[in-house]
Amino acid sequence: MNAKKKLEVVGKSRRRVDARAKVTGLARFADDLTLPRMLHCKLLRSPHPHAIIEAIDVDKARAYPGVHLVLTGKDFPVPFGIMPVAQDEYPLAPERVRYVGDPVAAVIARDEKTAEEALELIQVTYRPLPTIASPQEGLEQPETRIHDYGEQGNIHRNQSYEFGDVEAALAASDHVFEDVFFYEGNNHMAMEQQASLAHIEGDGKLTLSSSTQNPHYLHRQMARALQMPASQIRVIACQNGGGFGGKCDPAGHEIVVSKAALMLGRPVKICLTRQEVFYQHRGRHPILMKFRTGVSKDGKLTAVHLQTLLDGGAYGSHGPASTFYSGVLTPVTYELPRFKFEACRVFTNKPACGPKRGHGTPQPRFGQEVQLDKIAAKLGLDPAEMRLNMVTQADSLTANWLKIGSNGLAECIRQVVERSGWKDKHGKLPEGRGIGIACSTYMSGAGVSIYWNKMPHSGVQLLLDRSGQVTVMCGATEVGQGSDDVLAAIVAEVLGIDTSVVRCVTGDTGLTPVDLGSYSSRVTVMMGNAAMEAAGRVHELITAAAAEQLDTLPEQVVMSQGRVFAADNPNHGMSFVEAVVLAETKFGTLGAVGNYSPPKQPGKYKGSGVGPSPAYSFSACVVETEVDRATGMVHIPKIWVAHDIGRAINAVHARGQVIGGVYMGLSEALMEEQAFRRLPPKLSAALVHRIPSMLEYKTLTALDMPDVEVMLVEDPDPNCPFGAKEAGQGPLLPVMPAVANAIWDAVGVRIDEVPITPDKILRALVLKREGKTPRIGPESFPEVPYPESVFVLPPGEGGDGNESKNVSRPSAQSSQSSHSRMEVTAS
Amino acid sequence: MGITATVPGKVHITLKVNGEEMEVSFAPYKTLLEVLREDLGLTGTKHGCELGECGACAVLVDGAPLLSCLTLAIECEGRAIETIEGLANGPELHPLQEAFADLGGSQCGYCTPGAIMTAKALLDNEPEPSSQRIKEAMAGNLCRCTGYQQIVESVEKAAGCCRHAERVKA
Amino acid sequence: MMRLPWFKYHAPRSVAEAAHILAAEGGDAMLIAGGTDLLPNMKRRQQTPATLVSLRQVEGLKRIANGKGLTLGAGLTLSEVVAAPQVREKYRGLWQAAAQVASPHLRNMGTLGGNLCLDTRCLYYNQNEDWRRAIDFCMKRDGQTCWVATRSKRCLAVSSTDTAPALISLGAKVRLISAEGERDLALNELYCNDGIDYLARRPDEILTEVMLPDLAGWKSTYWKLRRRGSFDFPLLGVAAAVRTAPDGTVEEARIVLGAVSSHPLLTEAGQLLVGGKLTDEAIAAVGKKAGAVAKPMDNADLDLYWRKDVVPEFIAYALRELRGDDMSETRMRVTRQLL
Repeated sequence: MNAKKKLEVVGKSRRRVDARAKVTGLARFADDLTLPRMLHCKLLRSPHPHAIIEAIDVDKARAYPGVHLVLTGKDFPVPFGIMPVAQDEYPLAPERVRYVGDPVAAVIARDEKTAEEALELIQVTYRPLPTIASPQEGLEQPETRIHDYGEQGNIHRNQSYEFGDVEAALAASDHVFEDVFFYEGNNHMAMEQQASLAHIEGDGKLTLSSSTQNPHYLHRQMARALQMPASQIRVIACQNGGGFGGKCDPAGHEIVVSKAALMLGRPVKICLTRQEVFYQHRGRHPILMKFRTGVSKDGKLTAVHLQTLLDGGAYGSHGPASTFYSGVLTPVTYELPRFKFEACRVFTNKPACGPKRGHGTPQPRFGQEVQLDKIAAKLGLDPAEMRLNMVTQADSLTANWLKIGSNGLAECIRQVVERSGWKDKHGKLPEGRGIGIACSTYMSGAGVSIYWNKMPHSGVQLLLDRSGQVTVMCGATEVGQGSDDVLAAIVAEVLGIDTSVVRCVTGDTGLTPVDLGSYSSRVTVMMGNAAMEAAGRVHELITAAAAEQLDTLPEQVVMSQGRVFAADNPNHGMSFVEAVVLAETKFGTLGAVGNYSPPKQPGKYKGSGVGPSPAYSFSACVVETEVDRATGMVHIPKIWVAHDIGRAINAVHARGQVIGGVYMGLSEALMEEQAFRRLPPKLSAALVHRIPSMLEYKTLTALDMPDVEVMLVEDPDPNCPFGAKEAGQGPLLPVMPAVANAIWDAVGVRIDEVPITPDKILRALVLKREGKTPRIGPESFPEVPYPESVFVLPPGEGGDGNESKNVSRPSAQSSQSSHSRMEVTAS
Repeated sequence: MGITATVPGKVHITLKVNGEEMEVSFAPYKTLLEVLREDLGLTGTKHGCELGECGACAVLVDGAPLLSCLTLAIECEGRAIETIEGLANGPELHPLQEAFADLGGSQCGYCTPGAIMTAKALLDNEPEPSSQRIKEAMAGNLCRCTGYQQIVESVEKAAGCCRHAERVKA
Repeated sequence: MMRLPWFKYHAPRSVAEAAHILAAEGGDAMLIAGGTDLLPNMKRRQQTPATLVSLRQVEGLKRIANGKGLTLGAGLTLSEVVAAPQVREKYRGLWQAAAQVASPHLRNMGTLGGNLCLDTRCLYYNQNEDWRRAIDFCMKRDGQTCWVATRSKRCLAVSSTDTAPALISLGAKVRLISAEGERDLALNELYCNDGIDYLARRPDEILTEVMLPDLAGWKSTYWKLRRRGSFDFPLLGVAAAVRTAPDGTVEEARIVLGAVSSHPLLTEAGQLLVGGKLTDEAIAAVGKKAGAVAKPMDNADLDLYWRKDVVPEFIAYALRELRGDDMSETRMRVTRQLL
């Protein structure tokens, strides 16, 4: 694009391209699909939290009128899992169940009711095993192992990284703060319950239409679990009724209905009940965290030693990545010269945890931001000022070798401080009212694919013809975030047409180029860059053809508002359709592909693949609270949030993503919890989800949601299409700690765990009245057998991004060494 | 005595959906939600829990927003049922549909049919609701995407458009 | 999709006909009005009646009759109760209670009679059948143990109706009609403190109407504790009604607590107010006394000790409102809407 024009589509508030279908009820979600001769599938699930399956008798179910097929674990010999290092799940458990709800058999019948009735006829003999309800128990009880793989005992993943000598830095700090925090797990609770429809096409190939955020990874895992060539499988991601990470993992039920369709030659559909969605889970990991943070007397960070302990649930899921994410982004928000990060994920007999909006990051964000508030209070600093004074810089490297590009955090802080009236409020509101601030960072796409390869992360194919229609194809998946609209907008902007001209074909492995999926906030940047490239190539063809007609140079041709004309003579031109006809005449059938791979990252140590991103978004949030001192009940009158989005592709929907993130963050802060109940062990071995329903799993309603004032900070990032970074996850992250900090400002109590419920606040208020430490939260952090650290010198200390194997670190032996700092510097 | 149903067996009744009479046979245990989606092909009405805990299945019955997941279809004979499919006037969207589409009231779109139908009942009865009244009326429609703010804004805008249209008509 | 079990279905047109069917069908038949309580329970197989007798088309159940007091048909939806000007003006506690039941949609469906007969609730019971199987069921349905308190001889499921505490505080009676005849019962006598046998209503009886006395000189209110502004059942309901002399001296007072027992709890604490004025001290004393009898259990949302701790505060909200304090800010914070 040589002839510059003002942006015409990008940045404007527009009706998104899929809006009409959604407001008319025409949008087709997976459970809306029906096919002739379709059968229905229901799953039998384990009533035991941990047991050996000794026998399954399905004869009666098989003989039940209307039943076509009964499947058990025997039918699925090959395990699967989204991560190559954690393929530990079977579509139906073959010999062991690991949580209440683990699927053990499937009935395929003429209708759901018949299938449900037949499930009752299946007899399973279980031999119960000891159960593990928490990571602490898992550490204490290496036997019985939930899985026979992993680090040791029931530890799934265990890791340690140290970037610079942290003990030395702590020893040299003016202050060292030590705090323990807990963040309870929670569920995505997307409104749509997962559904999948498998059928055999006329050509004999298998097609699965499903509620999935990641059709590509699902495609690969289906080929694996079904032991058939991927070329014979087509996965279509339907419209998703919300994802938030809950539809990222390939799910057993998707493979079960596929197998059934293959065996029966008929379409087979399943739709999970809400309870089953809570069992499928893959939600936020419960994480216990310990922060040891060194600070100089002017309030700058010197070093952080972060330890995390993750409750992984019964399966691997994204666990290896989740474990990393419970720490790796910590140094991106504020200047942090040295950082040590130890993390451990333990298997428990509960539904598997996985990625939920913010994947692993909200928990340590909560810990660090609350700790910073305590530090500011202790040092007598303004929490907003203190943060502003230590934000990371644009175009810098973090201690753990993450490359930050554009960085609008300072501006975000300035804007929320200004708009919220922070300076007149913080520490100055009457008792019972308070205001709190917190900040955050998130990735715009993971720098490395989930399985190792050197191929593009996103591909886009454009097809144009003489009718003037523009079809854009990409494997990216619409989960409600507006990815189709981003795709159409970028193509439309480049080609100077309206988004209504563009037809999006997305999330279909049979038709669209590979895009890795809707996770890690990667779509706008990766799909967007690929779309820019494809559209740029088409732009070149069209302007070249039009230039001949217009008797000018291709560089002088402008495509704008459905017209193609010479820059110096806008009246002399043609319609977009006419230009396409010229181009097809000149070049033949028109089309182009574009693709995107993230830039190479500076970190070279093993494990450096988790954390890098083409760009980071930044957010700052201020929350105002009113706390009732008699009951501990919290009222939130207003939230201000500023988000450094780089550039908003569609202003109205960017704002919507931000408000939606704030909503989910507030809901987590105040009430969401995937909590479990163990019955008295003498009487029962039960270990069950306390509340697997939408009534009892509490989320905010329209009446509970405060006003949110959104400020979009637009500082375009050069790595991003039109400068646009992510907005889907980042704005959630600062909300929980901002709430906790506002409660401190209101009534002087610390709630160091999420959710922050009124009973905890009241208990803390009682402690305060009794003159005790007014804090509710975890008391201690257990002994975790973390491995020896991978030691990497930070960029500022002469490192090259590799592990430093021969660095002498006396402090590793003696954590209180006062000489260590000098010695490391010398090395 | 009115309709009776026995086990097993189907009932055969006429439902009036979006102004059209539709004959349908179904097992008596089926809810209005199931009959709309499975027997009449009207899949615009969604489900998120089937237990009355989310509002995704809201439809209008005799003008009032009800949860179709807890309404026995057998009890709907002779009652006027309105679903999202019947809201637009030909190609012309209802002001609520326009507003939800333009102001971000719909993100993933799954709660949207229930939310829009609920809002329609509100505006039919209260043409000028305050934002607090809108929140009260929409408090039975869970949404996980929008944070509700853009839903409330959409209903406010649609209310303004409806009032404007009324004035033009007058 | 969760499916209802099979059932026989009858849709009688009159109370007599409905009563006749109930008598003929025996204990396996249940009445269905709004269905908002029964149908979720049936989908989860907590209740599996062989026969449903629908009250939808029964004539006369939506009556609103002014007389000396007010008679409300049990078939009125909660929205219709809320919309009735007589209720709003003269029986404010009932109006506030009905307006806070569940969600707007559920109030459009659920009936007054249904809310009065609401099945008791418990987090060990209001679960799908396979969940309950995973705990080997509970005393209330298919099991032996009350998991809330394993030594309990009786079921501890919680009375979760909002309108019953309000109506008891207002001195309401209900009419029960069966094939054998009819009887009127003080509403308080409709309830038993047992999570299983929580109603004195026989299975063959139909609750047809609620009769409120003339309450000139009385003021009433209802405060509900729940996590969210919508959907949730009460974790505590405080219904208070007082009759005061022109100088503010309390002549009669009734305080009823909901959701802290297996039945609505008509406390003795109201007596403490009689003869005095609604001073802060008197209110605190009542809160302390009534709070002592509240027995929340670990079978509903939020921490049970906290739920007990806040009982006096909620009683104070109610009594201060009756005293004439402007409680709108507190109401907005607690209820998220003005009532």
